[in-house]
Amino acid sequence: MLSFIARSSIQKILTLFFVSVISFLVIYLAPGEPSQVDPLNPKFTPEMVERFRKQFHLDKPLYIQYTYFYRDLFTGKTVSWKDNQPVLKKIWERFKNSLLLFVVGTVLTWTLSFPVGIRSAIFRGGLYDRSATFFSYLLISIPGFFFAYILIIIVVNTFHVPVIDMETFGLGNTSWYRWLMDRVWHLLLPSILGATGGIAVLSRYVRSQMMEVESQDYVRTARAKGVPEEQVHYKHALRNALLPFVTMFGLILPGLIGGSVIIESIFAWPGMGRMAYEAILARDYPIVLTVNFISAVLVLIGTFISDVLYMVVDPRIRL
Amino acid sequence: MAREMEHPLPHTAMERPLAPRESRWKEFWRLLRRNRLAFLGLFIFVLFFLIALTGLFLTSGTRPVFDPAVVRLEEKLRPPLSSPKSEILVSDTIPRLGLYLFGTDELGRDVFSRMMQGAWVSLTVGFVAVGIAVFIGIFLGGISGYYGQNAVRADQMLLVVALLLGVGLLVAGATAAGAALLIAGGTYLVFSRWWKKKEGKRAASGWTRVLWAGTISIDTLIMRFVDIMLCFPSFFLILTVVALLPASIYNIMIVIGLTSWMGTTRFVRAEFLSLKDQDFVTAARALGVSNWRIIFRHMIPNAIAPVLVSATIGIATAILTEAGLSFLGLGVPPPHATWGNILSDGKNFIFDAPWLTFIPGVAILIVVLSFNLFGEGLRDILNPRLRERS
Repeated sequence: MLSFIARSSIQKILTLFFVSVISFLVIYLAPGEPSQVDPLNPKFTPEMVERFRKQFHLDKPLYIQYTYFYRDLFTGKTVSWKDNQPVLKKIWERFKNSLLLFVVGTVLTWTLSFPVGIRSAIFRGGLYDRSATFFSYLLISIPGFFFAYILIIIVVNTFHVPVIDMETFGLGNTSWYRWLMDRVWHLLLPSILGATGGIAVLSRYVRSQMMEVESQDYVRTARAKGVPEEQVHYKHALRNALLPFVTMFGLILPGLIGGSVIIESIFAWPGMGRMAYEAILARDYPIVLTVNFISAVLVLIGTFISDVLYMVVDPRIRL
Repeated sequence: MAREMEHPLPHTAMERPLAPRESRWKEFWRLLRRNRLAFLGLFIFVLFFLIALTGLFLTSGTRPVFDPAVVRLEEKLRPPLSSPKSEILVSDTIPRLGLYLFGTDELGRDVFSRMMQGAWVSLTVGFVAVGIAVFIGIFLGGISGYYGQNAVRADQMLLVVALLLGVGLLVAGATAAGAALLIAGGTYLVFSRWWKKKEGKRAASGWTRVLWAGTISIDTLIMRFVDIMLCFPSFFLILTVVALLPASIYNIMIVIGLTSWMGTTRFVRAEFLSLKDQDFVTAARALGVSNWRIIFRHMIPNAIAPVLVSATIGIATAILTEAGLSFLGLGVPPPHATWGNILSDGKNFIFDAPWLTFIPGVAILIVVLSFNLFGEGLRDILNPRLRERS
């Protein structure tokens, strides 16, 4: 166990190093200069551009820029090129908003997909199973932004509540109840949208896991010795079918950042995805690189957690 | 699998097989017909292909049949199936069908023509991106699975590092150092070729033996590279690269392709690892068949099933990604219509002109759904384990 942890930490740190190099190269070698992003702006005189380049070490060779950037990142001194705010502070503020969406979306995904998947597996081939299958394909295939607009039309036309942004602008100080309901309405649509793809994929996976376990010998034995159907499903089969999902807790971590760009821009949600998107458009490289680095760290931590969890819950696995 | 034994038999009465035999395509077709959803998927896909092809011919050229670029400011936001007010329009700009089948957008452009033009974009983005991904995936996965155990020699490692560093330094501006490294690497490459010809695979003596020591295997190298690529949040990476590069449809295809080959690589590697030890490969090797022929004639046909499935589903994902990029305004540049940017333009009129959102949205949905259904059906059909049960 200890040797596994040591080995995998070294491997992950190496991976992280290469990720940092590649992302740095991709961004800095792309055509176009960050100092030239707004050439029509009269404030951008050649002296300004020169000062800008000097201030952010853009006149140095690449490998020096690389060391400067990651030195600043680890000491927490990286600043955004646009407003000189510390990057980590900016990200942390946006991160809190994204976290809210992420938590609600994840809870929705995990609470809805298990009942659906298990029921599909128990009544396989039936009307319920077939319609669940079809609906999950439908949800996988629907473009997120299109689905978002359908939901907006439905909700706005039937409930007459505003849904864009985090809370209604200019609500002022109303009663806490109205404030809460306002927040809930604003939170609901983006989290449902974030959860749809997950529900579709996860429920299919639950179904196939459950079916695989139910076809095994010990389940047949349990049936043969007269265990009631309910107990066979929920006690014998489900427990083993759940094993792989424990490990998926680790793999949902990276979802914190990726995939929310479109939804956050539709709903004007001030989260990380939208900040990263705006930073990309403004060529604010420190923010782009930091977000990229953090998400790589999250992926690596996620796989690490899932490996460890797998070893803990399943004694058959020896890494 | 039986496909290794299928030699074209001379059709004499003596040698004709006694049992009724089914060709692979016939069997595939029969199984596909039974899987109704997959069949529907294939049908829609063929239909979409034909529509995209006709769309390409009817909307391109100097005088297209359906001109997606005609602006009719008098005819803004007309609902679907409405007929044009022919008395105020110039005769050139009257739509060829005599009515706006899918309505018009905020500039009075015919949405039907724009959809026809956009279909081709979706189709090519899906196919080219997945083609790139599958090519890289089969190449790297094949090397990794077939030559996996061979270790990379230290001098080869140094050579590659020197060449890459040289190119990097050249790009970064340090011309002299980069050129020196490149020349050194090139010289060594020529030298080692010559050495190999002269001495064969025998290692040199003395201290140079250190250079011949094996470092890590090719397999480890490629799989670690896959791990590195999987660390990038894919949509975010695509977004970054597309936003930094000049906007063009080819960049989008290439970027989507270059960021989605990891799954295929893993599949192909796993298949190759298991196929490599099977008897027919050993037999082929014993017969003196060359490595390339074993890979291309004997192993790839057997390893292709999971690749086909993931490619079909990958096309669906690529179409969705392109639509998402167009929606964010980073897709194909404006005068050209794609389904994503029709929808993106229409979102401002969502309550006044919902057809601008719903027509492209439903079109993307149907096409992506058909690819997903066909891909899943393919998985069932190509999997012999599931086949016997059904």
